Amino acid sequence: KGIYDEALSSFFRNVDARNGGDRPDIYKGKICSLKARALLIDMEEGVVNEILQGPLRDVFDSKQLITDVSGSGNNWAVGHKLYGYRYRESIVEKLRKTAEHCDCLQCFFIIHSMGGGTGSGLGTFVLNLLEDEFPEVYRFVTSVYPSGEDDVITSPYNSVLAMKELNEHADCVLPIENESLFDIVNKIHQMVNSGKLGSTVKQNSLVTSSAGGVKTVQEKPFDAMNNIVANLLLNLTSSARFEGSLNMDLNEISMNLVPFPRLHYLVSSLTPLYTLADVNVPSRRLDQMFSDAFSRDHQLIQADPKHSLYLACALLVRGNVQVSDLRRNIERLKPSLHFVSWNQEGWKTGLCSVPPVGHSHSLLALANNTCVKPTFIELKDKFMKLYKKKAHLHHYLHIDGMEQSCFSEAISSLSDLIEEYNELDATKGGPRTDPSRLKIA
Amino acid sequence: MSIVTVQLGQCGNQIGHEVFNAICGDVRGAHGLCSKKENESYRDACKERFFSEEESEVPVARAVLVDMEPKVISQTLSIAAGSGYWKYDDRSHFCQKQGSGNNWANGYSVHGPRHKEVIMNLVQKEAEKCDRLSGFFTMMSMAGGTGSGLGAFVTQCLRDAFPTSFILNHVIWPYGTGEVIVQNYNSVLTLSHLYQSSDALLVHENDVIHKICAQLMNIKQISFRDVNEVIAHQLGSVFQPTYTAGSGLHYSRNPLGDLMETLVPHPEFKMLGLRNIPQMPENSLAYSTFSWPGLLKHLRQMLIANAKMEEGIDWQVRPPHLGSSIPSSHSTNKPLHFNTSIANLVILRGKDMHSVDLGSFRDPSLYTSWLNPRDAFNAWKTPRAFNKYEKSASLVSNSKNLLKPLNSVVGKAWNMFASKAYIHQYTKFGIEEEDFLDSFTALEQVISSYTIL
Repeated sequence: KGIYDEALSSFFRNVDARNGGDRPDIYKGKICSLKARALLIDMEEGVVNEILQGPLRDVFDSKQLITDVSGSGNNWAVGHKLYGYRYRESIVEKLRKTAEHCDCLQCFFIIHSMGGGTGSGLGTFVLNLLEDEFPEVYRFVTSVYPSGEDDVITSPYNSVLAMKELNEHADCVLPIENESLFDIVNKIHQMVNSGKLGSTVKQNSLVTSSAGGVKTVQEKPFDAMNNIVANLLLNLTSSARFEGSLNMDLNEISMNLVPFPRLHYLVSSLTPLYTLADVNVPSRRLDQMFSDAFSRDHQLIQADPKHSLYLACALLVRGNVQVSDLRRNIERLKPSLHFVSWNQEGWKTGLCSVPPVGHSHSLLALANNTCVKPTFIELKDKFMKLYKKKAHLHHYLHIDGMEQSCFSEAISSLSDLIEEYNELDATKGGPRTDPSRLKIA
Repeated sequence: MSIVTVQLGQCGNQIGHEVFNAICGDVRGAHGLCSKKENESYRDACKERFFSEEESEVPVARAVLVDMEPKVISQTLSIAAGSGYWKYDDRSHFCQKQGSGNNWANGYSVHGPRHKEVIMNLVQKEAEKCDRLSGFFTMMSMAGGTGSGLGAFVTQCLRDAFPTSFILNHVIWPYGTGEVIVQNYNSVLTLSHLYQSSDALLVHENDVIHKICAQLMNIKQISFRDVNEVIAHQLGSVFQPTYTAGSGLHYSRNPLGDLMETLVPHPEFKMLGLRNIPQMPENSLAYSTFSWPGLLKHLRQMLIANAKMEEGIDWQVRPPHLGSSIPSSHSTNKPLHFNTSIANLVILRGKDMHSVDLGSFRDPSLYTSWLNPRDAFNAWKTPRAFNKYEKSASLVSNSKNLLKPLNSVVGKAWNMFASKAYIHQYTKFGIEEEDFLDSFTALEQVISSYTIL
């Protein structure tokens, strides 16, 4: 059994599992029993039960669950207003308990989808709660946005209602779209199964793999896609967990990538998607990794940052990559990217010495870029299609606490956000006049 | 007299560690190329300056390590102790867990006051270990949150607690194309605050050192460790023991005081630059020989032409003709690109330095008119070779050499400030727009002063 160290303690407690685990946590030394610092919330039991019967059953504390039986019926109002009200106290109590076990709580990760009822409604309720109860702790939200052919009719309502909450209460949002994850999975599949390179691809290096994890077999179709998101979060927190020559903590991400409070949507990309078995990596291949990070098909949402406007960009590199590699590639790629006039050299960089399992190096790029706009516009359009006809509205309005104004405020919030991106886009490529400097007597 | 080093933030701690490494390595080495007596004198002076003798087998660095997250300090302490040649005092450090998030306001207004007592207690303890305290050497970067913000706060506290000691801030100027997006804000806030409490700011620019690593040291994949080693070598070449004009037959005892006296005649001008030659990969050293006249000729031209290393110097730049009828207060009469100095300090280490002719540095045309050229230039020397270089010459100068980078940083920060981007991140922790304006004003004043030299 391994040693419980600082890196592990960021996400896990180490408990003595005997006697119901009410003894104080073990801070150093051998791993006894790891418990995730997590709360699992679902208004139906199927998924959570499966987790609790699977190989991770010991990792999740059964006291850290909040479940119900009937689900939220893909209805944001049911999730947010009904279940929110019902479970508020219980959620707060369990959050407090979890927080108490933390030496120094820096950040909450909220992971949910936008299109359904629980993740979207109850999820954003919890987001509000976190702001009220723990105002100084950062709130990073990983949100799965509905895909083009999503079969939940009410998903536009749910997503827009949730967007208002994200606008107002999240510090950073990492939007994810299933289409992008799916495309990446397919791309890898092709690579692995193609004649030439297939045999030399290291299986455990796939960004879709759960290599190094507990589960050894991927059973469900979503597993591969979900692993990409898992790897995203691993890379995001790598510098906070492991040492490096230029550390990048979560609060630094928020500080550098959010120039204005509401513009906190970050487009992410992970490279490489796989590694070839050839261990020696000439710098050309390293440079390819940087180029890929900016290409459309490596982004985790359907977006093309290269042709839109960057407000800010962060590069977190892991493994055997040094500052000169970073500088060389930034210099090389800068000319083809459009940055806002007041942040022409807006790069935030981090170097973490420890690479992900199966790789010698990897790169996570986070972009605050106007290329998120199309996603939001599409959401708005789909919402309006339903709303104009008042389709399905009654399902929402008959929930206690839900009114027409919730809808009008939500769409207004989204429109304002889109408008902010529009204004920024309008400055793209325009003439640059630097403001005149202060004159002193 | 002793110097207490305060290492702040990731950068300050990483570089500080390399500095003590370089100093220790230099003293241990058998490359002194001088008499045994000289070597012993040097070693004793160095030890008194930087290390304390405690009940430990190895010298203990006179340093306080401060960071708002634990990983860097933990690594620094263990690597130093692991070397077997020196270590830090196990109790002389302070960390937190959260970090400062690259937020100057967080470092200055939140962490500073919150941890002031603990940090100053550590400093006091180190100061008390010194028989005589020369002053403080604080090491930080401007770009981040801890080194910059907490560093500015700590410098202020040092000034309040030790009004008669010297404070020299070693400041790392970040890469121009960003390491941190808000680095220009952090830099402006840091510089304006340091200017009030520090005696002098000794600056190293990442871009410059990077070039030295690439072109002179021939390093292919340059890491921060490589950069820090070059910086440590340059700092060691200034602060290792030397004889000054006034120190007679002993190694000078007050390095910080001497430095301030020679280089900072006026509180408006505190920005010091550092150049060191020669610099080359260690394995080339054995095949190279140097002459003092050659080294000094290059060094002088580097000063005049504002070159930061010994390659790519513009030899066309010449100092202006003195004695012409045009009044010397007209800055436009100085030839373009000529780097006017207020004061210079040359440090020579290695054999035969007694015979060196430094007249070219005393040339009045190099300097502004308001100091007597005799006072504007000083030299420190020692026959004891430094860090395996048979001959090594350093130049610390108070000149226009940092004007361009300063102007650039202020310009970019102002550009960003005009759009109000990121300001909410600072106001959240108590730094308001007026505080920014005060800082901008202070720096525009410094820029103006250096411009009309």
